[in-house]
Amino acid sequence: MTTETITQAPAPVQGRGNRKQARRNTLIGWTFILPNFLGFLAFTLIPVVAAFALSFMEWTSFSAPKWIGLANFERMFASDSFWIALRNTVVYALGHVPLTMALALLLAMLLNRKLKGIGFFRVAIFFPYITSLVAVAVVWNMLFSPDSGPINQFLGALGIANPPGWTSSSDWAMPAVIITSVWRDMGYYMVLYLAGLQAIPTELYEAAEVDGASAWQRFWNVTIPSLRPTTFFVVVMLTVSSFKVFDLIVVMTNGGPGRSTTVLSQLIYQEGIGEGKFGYSSAISLVLFIIVLTVTVLQFKIQQRRER
Amino acid sequence: MTNMAEDLKATHVTDAAPSPSNAPTAEDRRRTDRKRSPREQKKRTANVVIYGVLVVLVVALMVPFIWMLSSSLKENNQVLTVPIQWIPQEFVWSNYTDIWTRIPMMGYLQNSLYLAVIITCLQVLTGSLAAYGFSKVRFPGRDVLFLAYIGTIAVPWQAYMVPQYIMMQNLGLTNSFNALILLQAFGAFGVFLMRQYYMTIPDELCEAARIDGLSEYGIWARVILPLSKPALASLALLTFVNTWNDYMGPFIYLTSNRLWTVQLGLRSFVGQFDAEYAMIMTGSVISVIPILIIFLIGQRYFIQGIATSGMKG
Repeated sequence: MTTETITQAPAPVQGRGNRKQARRNTLIGWTFILPNFLGFLAFTLIPVVAAFALSFMEWTSFSAPKWIGLANFERMFASDSFWIALRNTVVYALGHVPLTMALALLLAMLLNRKLKGIGFFRVAIFFPYITSLVAVAVVWNMLFSPDSGPINQFLGALGIANPPGWTSSSDWAMPAVIITSVWRDMGYYMVLYLAGLQAIPTELYEAAEVDGASAWQRFWNVTIPSLRPTTFFVVVMLTVSSFKVFDLIVVMTNGGPGRSTTVLSQLIYQEGIGEGKFGYSSAISLVLFIIVLTVTVLQFKIQQRRER
Repeated sequence: MTNMAEDLKATHVTDAAPSPSNAPTAEDRRRTDRKRSPREQKKRTANVVIYGVLVVLVVALMVPFIWMLSSSLKENNQVLTVPIQWIPQEFVWSNYTDIWTRIPMMGYLQNSLYLAVIITCLQVLTGSLAAYGFSKVRFPGRDVLFLAYIGTIAVPWQAYMVPQYIMMQNLGLTNSFNALILLQAFGAFGVFLMRQYYMTIPDELCEAARIDGLSEYGIWARVILPLSKPALASLALLTFVNTWNDYMGPFIYLTSNRLWTVQLGLRSFVGQFDAEYAMIMTGSVISVIPILIIFLIGQRYFIQGIATSGMKG
């Protein structure tokens, strides 16, 4: 992106006519951007900046804002709910990211071939991603019913005597949520991987074959390295979306049973909008933002080092 | 249904055997020699195996939908049975007529539609205008401004939902559609997606139009917009579906039942009557059908939109 923008840099301004032209361009440019920018400024940019400031303030729905430095963070780090939510979010990410990635790649490799009707299979696998989340959560909740739900009946048929209680058990609620989210998201990442696979030049495979590489060797030495940019992007997107997980949890388990599936975003909602502790909830938001940023930057660095 | 296959044109790269269609000699041989070569035979069986695997896989992945549809046509006590009945004993079509009186489903659908249409129109219009400014007009400060747009895409929405809420509260807009419209119609994502596409349109086209005496607004309306129909379609469809499916926005801002969207209505129905399994599934099917229709009409644009916004980010 940066390279694109650099080549588009304004041409050197010479003479009065050009300066007038530049001013005119500025005016024209802004008229194009303005309708969107006003909304963006008021409802995205200002709230983003405000969230930073608020995290250092004491402000509730009953009191005026007051600067309190790091007190919100001290309170947060001493609070049980914060650590539980953080742990749950990390557990969710650790399940969701690798599983979705592996299955998306597998599906993409399976579907990357010229066959009649292959489009139908791709479309079908992609569809869960755009299905309404409430419907998805409601259906999976029923599929996961402990006693007579289809999933436990299936496990019973496989000979598993004591199938898990899924969403009604505090140990199994998180795996149930992870399974649902993997099912929902893998079609989207499959599309990204499919695009990545198709960008690999066929000559690479032909050359590897001439050299006598087996299918497995071709996968490890041609496919995986060529897909590295795609994988990088997929991992970043998946990690960020895992740390933001919110609505699926709210609809499926609402953080329960107990606090076994409460995640960070939910805590922000409960503290900030539910209880009106604007300052404290913003401090949690800041932590969420820093985690997301760190993960992204870290993965970016790893990717850069590998490319060297 | 096979548009997607065209968009992402398949290659044979993962096939174990080199594809005969790539080598003209193999093609010629097939024409002259009617008998199937062993290699072709092998490929044929491989294809059958792959089809088999794909069919099993897709059916397994579609189980939630199959189950949803089948349960929506059952009595409540027939839904969670041992063993599972995949086909209802008798089809209870009345679920689909009763739901409209059980909950104000029509009102929910109208609210969802209203929000989705308004937000989509505003997003596409302001997004494509701004994208033109960001890609085809040169002025100082432009790239810094665009960076601010990109930067906010990286910030999780949850991190600034509380300030947004305070703002809406002070404007007296909570519990109204306007709050959601204002929050969702000016997203950075639309600008980003459209700009990605506009960057692929050669500047020479605009230059030529400028020489022909078209104003910048004229170029946008008569040159760029007609050329960017696929991107416009992608953005419109993605925005529409996102708005239709959105749960958290309406959940935070819409408190009175009269304003609820399909998602909220369905969720509250589940909360109140959690034993009415069949009716819940009926509601779920109804909430998914509009998305299914839109997806089937415009699926290639969904895929293209994802590929553009995804791979070049």
